[in-house]
Amino acid sequence: MRELLDDLDRWRSAGVRVALARVVDVEGSGPRGPGAAMAVSEHGEVVGSVSGGCVEGAVVTESLAVLAGDREPGVITFGYSDDEAFAVGLTCGGTIRLFVEEFDW
Amino acid sequence: MSLSAELASRIRDGVPVALATVISGPGIGSKMLVAPDSDPAPASLGDSELDRVVRRDALAELEAGRSGVRHYGTAGQTTPEDLADTDIVTVFVESWAPPPQMWIFGAVDFTAALARVAKILGFRVLVCDAREIFATGRRFPMADEVRVAWPGPVFAERGSELGSRDVVCILTHDPKFDIPAVKGALATSAGYIGVMGSRRTHAHRLERLGEAGVDDPADLARLMSPVGLDIGARTPEETAISICAEIISSRTGREARPLRDTEGPIHR
Repeated sequence: MRELLDDLDRWRSAGVRVALARVVDVEGSGPRGPGAAMAVSEHGEVVGSVSGGCVEGAVVTESLAVLAGDREPGVITFGYSDDEAFAVGLTCGGTIRLFVEEFDW
Repeated sequence: MSLSAELASRIRDGVPVALATVISGPGIGSKMLVAPDSDPAPASLGDSELDRVVRRDALAELEAGRSGVRHYGTAGQTTPEDLADTDIVTVFVESWAPPPQMWIFGAVDFTAALARVAKILGFRVLVCDAREIFATGRRFPMADEVRVAWPGPVFAERGSELGSRDVVCILTHDPKFDIPAVKGALATSAGYIGVMGSRRTHAHRLERLGEAGVDDPADLARLMSPVGLDIGARTPEETAISICAEIISSRTGREARPLRDTEGPIHR
């Protein structure tokens, strides 16, 4: 999250709402460990990354859904073995879990 | 100050801090800052006993520089029997520990390249040499600190700072500097001690260490010498990569072989 701080500050002082997605758990093979984070502004601006680019697109969608109130804050899971067939997989075959919430704290 | 502002200021100042966040179960989204040195910002996960147990666990995670998920009962229960009768609170503890340190002894040709690669890997780099004309900030602008000193006093003063994530690299080939540096490094808990020199140099060094009373096999086994992975490195830059690759593989406990020739998950 260290690399997001300046952007989070900038958005906060401009009154822009932001969602924060943090990797909390990685099983098997995953490119980024717990703590990898990205932030998505209500205008769809994105900083940071949570994988090697495999799931970032889906995380943006979920983050915007949290900001829009269409989704509760919570854990989302991405993985090769995920039962949800439409889910985005990691090319390296691992499973990652992210916690997505509004950055309002 | 908001919780995030308090967190940001600690992260920016390099002061250890952990953030505990409830990521599922009752109180989802609740947060608590945990720090070893001072009172964290007032915040709670919803139960004072849960706060106490999470704070204890978060301090341990912070000490190890780890981040991860733990499960508790709503009143901080942790044993399987107690957890059977309660809702489960899942807590993500994220740690921001100060950067690991690399102490480089010897202001030689290889030092600048090693310091540069170490900075890329996130180390706080100290360069130390007793020779005033070599140990200058101008020669090592990438180092966080350059000291003109003998190894003994530096280790006596600050050796207790070094832990398993920290590294000592001894690049001089001069016994009168090497021997006290090796001695000092062995008295610390540094996770990696690399000592430059050919096989012959190292054999001679072992003799001198023996004369200096350093002959415990367990101690000598900690010395990585000749230093670095065998990748055919020749230039200072290549050698720096070779040393840093060895530091990474010794921390992860992985054999440094081409992934093509190994099996199993890449990220474990």
